Amino acid sequence: MTEQPRPIPATRSVPTGALVPGNSRAADPGRPESFIFDVEGLKVFYGSFQAVAETSMQIREHEITALIGPSGCGKTTVLRCFNRMNDLIEGARVEGTIRYHGADIYGEKVDPVEVRRRIGMVFQKPNPFPKSIYDNIAFGPRIAGHKGNMDDLVEESLARAALWDEVRDKLRQSAYALSGGQQQRLCIARAIATSPDVLLMDEPCSSLDPIATLRIEELMIELKRDYSIIIVTHNMQQAARVSDRTAFFTVDVKETGMRTGRLVEFDTTDVIFTNPRQKQTEDYITGRFG
Amino acid sequence: MTTEASAPDIDLRGSRTRLRRERRVHRLFFGAAVTSILISLLIIGSLAGEAWRFISTVDLSSLWDLGWFPRRGMFDLKTVLVGTLLIALVAMAVATPLGLGAAVYLSEYARPRARRWLKPILEVLAGIPSVVLGYFALTWISPNLVMRLNPQAGVFNMAAAGIGVGILVTPLVASVTEDAMRAVPHALREASYGLGARKATTVTRVVFPAAASGIVASLILGLSRAIGETMVVAMAAGAVGGSLFEVNIFQPGQTMTAAMSALAIGSDQVAGSTNAFQSLFFLGLLLFLMTLALNVISERFVRKVREKY
Amino acid sequence: MATRTPLPSTGELVRRSIQGRRFSWADFAFPASLLLALLFSLLFLATLLVDVFVKAWSALSGRGWSVVTSSLSLNAETAGLWQSIMGSLGLTVVVAVIAFPIGIGAAVYLEEYAPDNRLTRFINTNIRNLAGVPSIVYGILGFTIFVRFVRAVGAGGGVAGQNLLAGGLTLAALVLPIVIITAAEALRAVPAAIREAGFGVGATRWEVIRHHVVPYAAPGILTGTVLTLARAFGETAPLLLVGAATGFFSVGSAGLLQKATGPYTALPVTIFSWARQPGADFRSLTAAAIVVLLVLMLTANAAAIILRNRFERKW
Repeated sequence: MTEQPRPIPATRSVPTGALVPGNSRAADPGRPESFIFDVEGLKVFYGSFQAVAETSMQIREHEITALIGPSGCGKTTVLRCFNRMNDLIEGARVEGTIRYHGADIYGEKVDPVEVRRRIGMVFQKPNPFPKSIYDNIAFGPRIAGHKGNMDDLVEESLARAALWDEVRDKLRQSAYALSGGQQQRLCIARAIATSPDVLLMDEPCSSLDPIATLRIEELMIELKRDYSIIIVTHNMQQAARVSDRTAFFTVDVKETGMRTGRLVEFDTTDVIFTNPRQKQTEDYITGRFG
Repeated sequence: MTTEASAPDIDLRGSRTRLRRERRVHRLFFGAAVTSILISLLIIGSLAGEAWRFISTVDLSSLWDLGWFPRRGMFDLKTVLVGTLLIALVAMAVATPLGLGAAVYLSEYARPRARRWLKPILEVLAGIPSVVLGYFALTWISPNLVMRLNPQAGVFNMAAAGIGVGILVTPLVASVTEDAMRAVPHALREASYGLGARKATTVTRVVFPAAASGIVASLILGLSRAIGETMVVAMAAGAVGGSLFEVNIFQPGQTMTAAMSALAIGSDQVAGSTNAFQSLFFLGLLLFLMTLALNVISERFVRKVREKY
Repeated sequence: MATRTPLPSTGELVRRSIQGRRFSWADFAFPASLLLALLFSLLFLATLLVDVFVKAWSALSGRGWSVVTSSLSLNAETAGLWQSIMGSLGLTVVVAVIAFPIGIGAAVYLEEYAPDNRLTRFINTNIRNLAGVPSIVYGILGFTIFVRFVRAVGAGGGVAGQNLLAGGLTLAALVLPIVIITAAEALRAVPAAIREAGFGVGATRWEVIRHHVVPYAAPGILTGTVLTLARAFGETAPLLLVGAATGFFSVGSAGLLQKATGPYTALPVTIFSWARQPGADFRSLTAAAIVVLLVLMLTANAAAIILRNRFERKW
């Protein structure tokens, strides 16, 4: 008991269509309990159009997992499955299960609002509420019924997002007065305020300048201590810099013209970027397509 | 050890009170939206019942008579229909050039500074209540325009009412047309200029045809509004107490709407024959169906514009 | 073989177009005629306003404020607009109380909750059609349904249920589609990113609407509703059918409740009935009444715009 990967039932471990011999646990046989998300047979449809082909993967706690791939490969769609944001899109349908702390978030009695309180999200373009900095942070906890001292909570959230020092004297000012990078850190603080244990980030730096980007990347690495982070990025170098594990998606185009995303390879970042098992992965990494 | 066996350690079911509140709020808002359907049903109901009673009890020959004299049981439909049509045509003869011209100027030629104060003035015109225009039609348009044009005209005449309605409808035509022209993508204009066309050519040969559906929609809407207008006609076209069949626009005439209002305020009502009063509903039903048909047709044209771009 | 004159070179063409006659009639006449059309419309407006003011002058200068403060009467010397103004204000209140909650609620449903299915599309089409129904047809609705309703419910009613409540219900029905359309537009203008952010933080749909969407859209909704009220203020035809008094009526020393549930009239209705009275005195008085109406409506419009600018601080 030992170095051998545990024997795992085939249906759970091998994503259909992916040719990974073995599975995502091959490189590092983690214990199942340290998986914050266990995705099994996930498929996403918009009406009759299939956006994401059957996908299975396991996300580990206290790691940064990056989802990369060419545009249209479904990485954002998959990300939004983790906090049921796709529910908001008319005609979206999800099959399969995503287990979070053992509970399938797509289970029958699950209230998506509960899911979203525990799983925070940061969007591509910073989108603070048209309110004061204080109210931006306080909103989530308030509606969740937070009973403690709000001032402390706001300060702590801003501190964890490395924004406290810059805004401590202007908490009542409009959030829109901040720069783009500051606004995004505000959005991170806002997501943290509801005490989630997961942060989903959808291309959080794509609308920011390089210096702001760097600050957020540093912040992510710090945050990894307390949160599990899944980030979608179209910037490969960013994925290589910050993530522990990387999932590479691609898009298959059928004769009908329908474009469906598919998970190709999921492994530690090292492996993906230096020694990928799939040719498609290698082609993407080296810039031959995408 | 597979995770399937272990019980989930979190409860994702959400608070019951919150879920109940959400459902209640949803139903409340849905109820508000459905009220609009209720109103439609009530309108149709209130028209149909009495209108049917009228048409089933009235002597059908009275629908083709010398004129519209409800007091005497004469319900000549062609009087009111022709009256409505004539006034609507005069109105459109005024509103089409004024409205289209203003709209094309504002959207293609006016400088932003000029637009900023010209548009609000047009909107002020849109806000003038119809009673005021009726008064203006009676006391200024009739003596100063119509009677000067044709000295044989009476003080009350359809032409003055028609012009008044035209002024009323102009802002509507102008604003819908302007929206249609602004919806035409700039790329089309640029392509035309790029080929060396001058501005007038571009506007008339490229932009205008591209906005055609929207422009047609605006004219149909204007016509519908003109047909449904009551006060201007009631005040300026005369014909209190009934009207002979008349095609001369320089004479008083009767529209469906004016006939209805005359019935309502009692100048045409009669103690004995209730048919007279019921004719109000019959006219109302006709009016409702006509304007509904026109509005639906204009919607089709608006949709064509949306599909193109 | 026919010889063709060689086409001018590009350089030649450019030189000609730059150096040649710059002025062409088409470039002038066309926009000039368009401008003329626009100016004609404005000219009509100006003539109307000037004419009305001129005619109103003798009544206003002769009698001053009494035009506004006296009650209705058959005598042009003593007739005033007080009852009409009060009636119009009363109607406006009833319309606001009824049409706004329902209208804004309907707009919220259509923009925030409604799925894209046949029922929703039907509701939308229905609302657009209602907006185009002539106002006199709403009068028939009022006469048949609302007046009877007021009578049945025993909410007072001058002559057989014809009171402010019935008139207000009728105007509310008239105005409802427009309130829905303008409120829906204001809601649509709220950026999707704000809603997404709200949901992302774990808010329910109602919480997102209440704390983010509606506050953002509020200035637009407010402006739209005030403008709609101003428009209801000028409506006449439906009120005629619903029994607003066109003649003279007196409430004498009746109490407030009596006054509110009894016979009433509105400013535009009074204008209509005065316009039909013979005699030069009434001519001038009618014009004066129109001036009062226009001033009140202008104030309402200005208030709407000021309110909008006030609340639009847009963080």
